[in-house]
Amino acid sequence: MTELTTRAWLLSDAPQTRRQAKLGALYQGWLTFRANKLAMFGLVILILLVLMAIFAPWLSPQSPFAQNLADRLKPPSAAHWLGTDALGRDILSRLIHGSRITLFIVGTVALIAPVIGLFIGTVAGFAGGWVDQVLMRITDIFLAFPKLILALAFVAALGPGIGNAVLALAITSWPPYARLARAETLTIRHADYIAAARLQGAGPLRLLIGHVWPLCISSLIVRVALDMAGIILSAAGLGFLGLGAQPPMPEWGAMISDGRTYILDFWWVAAVPGMAIFIVSLAFNLLGDGLRDVLDPKGAKE
Amino acid sequence: MVKTPGQGGLPPVNGGAPGFGRIRLRRRAKNVGGVALSLVLTLLGLLLVTFIIGRVMPIDPVLKVVGERATQAQYDAAYQAMGLDKPLWQQFLRYMAEVLRGDFGRSISTGHPVIDDLKRVFPATFELAALGTLIGVFVGVPLGVIAAARRGGWIDQIARVVALVGYSMPIFWLGLMGLLLFYGILGWVGGPGRQGIIYDGMVPTVTGMILIDSLLASDWGAFRDAFSHIILPASLLGYFSLAYISRMTRSFMLEQLSAEYVTTARVKGLSERRVIWGHAFRNILVPLITVIALSFGGLLEGSVLTEIVFSWPGIGQYITKALLAGDMNAVLGGTVLVGTCFVLLNLISDILYRVLDPRAK
Repeated sequence: MTELTTRAWLLSDAPQTRRQAKLGALYQGWLTFRANKLAMFGLVILILLVLMAIFAPWLSPQSPFAQNLADRLKPPSAAHWLGTDALGRDILSRLIHGSRITLFIVGTVALIAPVIGLFIGTVAGFAGGWVDQVLMRITDIFLAFPKLILALAFVAALGPGIGNAVLALAITSWPPYARLARAETLTIRHADYIAAARLQGAGPLRLLIGHVWPLCISSLIVRVALDMAGIILSAAGLGFLGLGAQPPMPEWGAMISDGRTYILDFWWVAAVPGMAIFIVSLAFNLLGDGLRDVLDPKGAKE
Repeated sequence: MVKTPGQGGLPPVNGGAPGFGRIRLRRRAKNVGGVALSLVLTLLGLLLVTFIIGRVMPIDPVLKVVGERATQAQYDAAYQAMGLDKPLWQQFLRYMAEVLRGDFGRSISTGHPVIDDLKRVFPATFELAALGTLIGVFVGVPLGVIAAARRGGWIDQIARVVALVGYSMPIFWLGLMGLLLFYGILGWVGGPGRQGIIYDGMVPTVTGMILIDSLLASDWGAFRDAFSHIILPASLLGYFSLAYISRMTRSFMLEQLSAEYVTTARVKGLSERRVIWGHAFRNILVPLITVIALSFGGLLEGSVLTEIVFSWPGIGQYITKALLAGDMNAVLGGTVLVGTCFVLLNLISDILYRVLDPRAK
């Protein structure tokens, strides 16, 4: 098929098959998304970030751990594009390898927290009664907590480290998803198609997984995309406090903390990783806004 | 019902000042009894969570008290004295009774009772967060109103960029860069800490908030010194607060400006200024109070990272230092205090909402 006919096939008013309709809807969404220049900008940055993480060993000029005390705290130069840190390590190399850690943390939290939230929220909304009461009360309690302080307390109890930081962030960020999933469930709980599926003999678990979850997913995705930047910043905050990834791991927040002591004389040690965090979370925010326009047109434009 | 902030609009706020975007307590409780019950349950949950966190701690609390070289008999005695041989629910009741009496145990790192430490450090955080919120309100509200009134104009665009950058910026990094620029290079502000060395301990402590204490003592030198130290961290917190407040104000205002009574007011020939400030703005005051209360709570929390950057002797620095020292009593005491502040702020905004909005009755 040529380019033009593919497009016509995708945009057809009368799709012949289910697959064509689905792909057509996806393509429509992509067209809307593509029109949003800022969102495209965010997407490009994030694709670059992922590529950087995948090809880190080939891209970085040096090992992120190689120390060279003779070359410590050197300003950006031809040999070290972004300068060196207090142990003479090449900051550019550390930055490139750090993208892996950032993506790992964000990816894991953004996977765990919405799933917990989806489960709790849909069960609460679908079951109703005392189950709903108890689950939502627990959600309220977690919402009443200051998020960062709770994460700090969890890390304090579990011990510092990247795994525990991920866990702490996931534990503190599921409640909004639960609320969202519950609200969605309540609106579709009494829909005719649910009743129809029930009459066909579908059990509660089947209804939940097969008929309720798919409808909650798109609003959850929007919410996750919008929360990504917040997760990055929280993770960097934990790293900055020395509670996330432990040295010598090139975590961006921890790198800022390393440069803190030298901020007045050797500014680049702290400035560079901070800039990286800013760019990535900005990209996530732009992408999230764009995705919201596509997936949730109601809530999009104020 | 009041609009719940953060559900529409821009993404919830970042790790620097997290949690602005969430509303903590649902306004589901219909009457005072409901509010009280919900308050008690939430506080109970707060204690339960901190209790559980204290339980899973891998550090042996008994060893911390008796020391490494205690005999088995001493260890057992301390173990029983701390009630660790009792069932968990009894331990929880005991913990609850202690907290209600304001007894959080003794901090291992400072050697003082945790409650005394908290009394000392809390005013520093409160002062910082309060000034930050003031800045956020006095800049953010007008910015949001004008952005809504001139929708699509250049002020609206600026407000949009300001908010987007605020949502994407690591607060501790911005603090470091601020120190570098305004302290290191320009020398406009005082450095880290609350006071210069010469003024340290010179002002008698009344409220614990140095700006107010130095005013009470009419010590202008100390006031100027304290102001030069607080202005940078407070402006940073204020920036994050205004990013959120201006977005919320804008969307509240847009909703009002499309209402029919606004058209009526315009048709009557009222000036645009009267329409915006006299009619539309008055109607967003109530939801705005909720937003400001939430934003204040967010700053209390967001100050953790800021305090570390600026060596500010507040509750954030206290908790973090205790955490790194494995001083669990201090960590949990601080967590309970900040959590309680959150819950109370929610309660206050709830009550104000009920009192001020005639439709809520």
